[in-house]
Amino acid sequence: MMAIRVLSMVFTLLVTVVVWPSTAVGQSVHSTIQRVQQRTVKVFGAGGIKRLHSYSTGFVVSSAGHVATVWSHVLDTEELTVVLSDGRKIRAKVLGAEPQLDLAVLELKAEDLELPAWDLEADSSDAGPGTRVLGFSNMFRVATGDEMVSVLHGVVAAKAPLATRSGAFETSYEGTAYIVDAVTNNPGAGGGVLTTRGGRLLGMIGKELRNAASNTWVNYAVPISELKQPIQQIIAGKYRARQRGADEKDAVARFRPLEFGIVLVPDVLFRTPAFIDRVQPGSAAATAGLQPDDLVLFVNGDLVQSCRVLKQRLGRLDAGGKLKLTVRRGDKLVPVELPVPDKPLTPASGQPKTKPPGGSK
Amino acid sequence: MRFLERDGCPGCRWWPAAIVLLAVAVLPRTTRAVDPAVLAAEAKRIAVASRLASSVVAIFSRGGQGGGSGVLISSDGYALTNFHVTRGAGTFMKCGLNDGRLYDAVIVGIDPTGDVALVKLLGRDDFPHAQLGDSDKLKVGDWTFAMGNPFLLATDFQPTVTYGIVSGLHRYQYPAGTILEYTDCIQVDTSINPGNSGGPLFSAGGHLVGINGRGSFEKRGRVNSGAGYAISINQIKLFMDHLRSGRVVDHATLGATVVTREDGAVVVDGILDESEAFRRGLREGDEIISFAGRPLRSVNQFKNILGIYPKGWKLPLVFRRDQVRTEVVLRLRALHRASELTGQPRASRTRPGKPRPGQPPGRPKRRPRRGRRPPPAKPPEKYKHLFVKKTGFANFYFNLQEQKRVMSGVTRLGDFGSAVGAWVLAGKTAAGDAFQLTLADAGVGLSWKQKAYFQELKSAEPLDEPKGSGGFLYAMQMWKTFLANRAKGFGEFYYLGSEPLDGSGDRVDVMISELGNVRCRWYLDRKQGRLLGFDSQREEDTDECEVRLTGDVESGGRHWPKAIVVRSGGQPVATFGVATVTIRKGATE
Repeated sequence: MMAIRVLSMVFTLLVTVVVWPSTAVGQSVHSTIQRVQQRTVKVFGAGGIKRLHSYSTGFVVSSAGHVATVWSHVLDTEELTVVLSDGRKIRAKVLGAEPQLDLAVLELKAEDLELPAWDLEADSSDAGPGTRVLGFSNMFRVATGDEMVSVLHGVVAAKAPLATRSGAFETSYEGTAYIVDAVTNNPGAGGGVLTTRGGRLLGMIGKELRNAASNTWVNYAVPISELKQPIQQIIAGKYRARQRGADEKDAVARFRPLEFGIVLVPDVLFRTPAFIDRVQPGSAAATAGLQPDDLVLFVNGDLVQSCRVLKQRLGRLDAGGKLKLTVRRGDKLVPVELPVPDKPLTPASGQPKTKPPGGSK
Repeated sequence: MRFLERDGCPGCRWWPAAIVLLAVAVLPRTTRAVDPAVLAAEAKRIAVASRLASSVVAIFSRGGQGGGSGVLISSDGYALTNFHVTRGAGTFMKCGLNDGRLYDAVIVGIDPTGDVALVKLLGRDDFPHAQLGDSDKLKVGDWTFAMGNPFLLATDFQPTVTYGIVSGLHRYQYPAGTILEYTDCIQVDTSINPGNSGGPLFSAGGHLVGINGRGSFEKRGRVNSGAGYAISINQIKLFMDHLRSGRVVDHATLGATVVTREDGAVVVDGILDESEAFRRGLREGDEIISFAGRPLRSVNQFKNILGIYPKGWKLPLVFRRDQVRTEVVLRLRALHRASELTGQPRASRTRPGKPRPGQPPGRPKRRPRRGRRPPPAKPPEKYKHLFVKKTGFANFYFNLQEQKRVMSGVTRLGDFGSAVGAWVLAGKTAAGDAFQLTLADAGVGLSWKQKAYFQELKSAEPLDEPKGSGGFLYAMQMWKTFLANRAKGFGEFYYLGSEPLDGSGDRVDVMISELGNVRCRWYLDRKQGRLLGFDSQREEDTDECEVRLTGDVESGGRHWPKAIVVRSGGQPVATFGVATVTIRKGATE
């Protein structure tokens, strides 16, 4: 008898599991879409030259008018405009940002808004691979005025650290990300949202990310669990707003190129190749035989593709060890080895970071 | 009992069996798809896709060096595709169906602005075809199938199927370097790639809801990047009879431009003095409240509404100035000059340089590697007669066919060609005034309310007589010519397509006549072919004389209207009740 009861329970379970979700989802997906679209806004700001788009996406995180969006060049203007889902155009300013999470929070310059907003505590969720998802964004600026943002469907392919094979591509966000099989990360899609088909908020769609080597694109979203606290703290005014570039100042910087006697070319591009401009006489670099115009390719076996990355790598060196560089001189690859000086850790310039960026290095 | 004692546990002997049963119950379900709903949905998808596949056309241009897709919409072979697919394909092309056969096809009509072309597959009268759906019923999130021939993969003409959702509706896509403009279109994440152009977008239920034609590509190369666009089938329905007319059809403009004000209102910021909108009182600064019955909230929306209608349609427009609401019905002006549409298309190479957003995926140039390569599409000998060249037409042959169909209704009205002499119509107007209208060879005379009006025909220009009627006398002369001489009486005479009578009535067939500067639109009932009325315009950008014919009186074996209702410039002129009709042989006045 007990066995039969067990069996019937199993069957009941199976049947409920099997039948219930599909009908429920079928009815709710349109209302899910409508609900999410009402909470998604179009952001218009700087850009419009070359191939830089001047628009992105945001999602409303407080009914008083706070919008979370992706931290990008679009926000680099006094003339920032947010277009609500009902078509209202409202001026906005950047209230705070966390560049390492690619996050910015905007404040709308209007009163008594009472907007439909995400409740980051109650509405958000976490999902694993295989979860069916929807992506919402202002991609390609297809929607204007009160037109609703675009919706894509897909599946979470992986939840994994975005920090990737060194040098394949550069991303400011290096933590865990949802990788999706839909083409969510299009121009202007950054700051959009990834949700379950039931409308649970999973993450914020990131920037366009291309692997320069294979010319393939990665579609990812930053999990809301990473963003929730900073967003809430920025709104509460408890978060230390940082300026662009602050991440580099605050990053671990135990050693600088100069401490090895290396003067790099001026870092003027987004990805300035790590050419050595000068070598200080009598320095470790000079002793190791480094020369002006050497291009630094590898630091301790890791590919570096820019001055910025080289500085980051040096900043993370441990005192007292060895620094192995591979440089390109003419058409030759030359390995060199320098001692890393023994020196006490300089106290971090600021307080420790709220969240280590993934820690996958 | 012993058993129980030996096992020491009641029911324990059932466990092995239970476990086996459990395994049986669980394992097969997990190894197959667990969810019967998923299986059912899959089975439905497969069934719909395989049913639809037979209506999908693989189109190859002359020599088979490019191509695209299309979809059959009637058993006699009419198929829809993109204009940018047929543009380089010539008048005859080869079309493959999933029965593995290659059919000859001929161009019928084109809409270069809307990027739609109608072609006709030949050789069968029982083609499998798709059912037209209602694209206005689509909702964002609905599943869709796109079918076609992306990358020209299918050498056996089995269409490729992609499946995705509606990402956005009523999208506006700016012209991409050409006059081609996508208005009120459907945005999908269903994969649309080069070669999908012209192919069908089906609803989950298998109804044709759009024609795929564009995608947003930007920097990722010419492959799907999550945003494809389909021309809505509801837009195409508005153009369908225009396309069947064999013409090069045009879209419309209001003659006014609009901007969105800070508060979201859509206001006129420029207007052509010669437009009908201006004549009906629309001015700069007026707020447009609704257009074609749809409320307006953005410039894109205005373009979306305007973009789905053929030129010449009448649409209601509501505007506001100083709190005063005005409702008018306006005939839309042509968007392009005829030469812009019929100008020889440039050789259709893939545009060099960087791709633009929202450009047509175009025709991939790769030849099918193996299998049947279609032979060069020289006009096939047995179908040569199905193409007639004429300026302004994609294929005049189809216009002649439609003319024949529409004018057969006029034939049933009687033999007016034999009514030689003056036609005298007499009776009373609705207001009770006696009138006599005389249509003679030398001129048209009207005596009405103790006044006489005259329009000389031999030398004089068409006059606005009576004043404010839009030229009623000359219009009635056109009516006589239409009945008695038909095409022979005019410089140009062709079938236009169909439109709702007076902007809101039933769809009627429209014939166009041109004589000198005078252009008439003739409205014929689609079922019986009755002549319902006509609009006569003395010259461009003047108010038409709108004549509507009601009732039916037989006299001398001919059917005459019982009443002639005349309007012009939105105002009634008179309703002439016809009591008697006399043919005066040899009379000149």
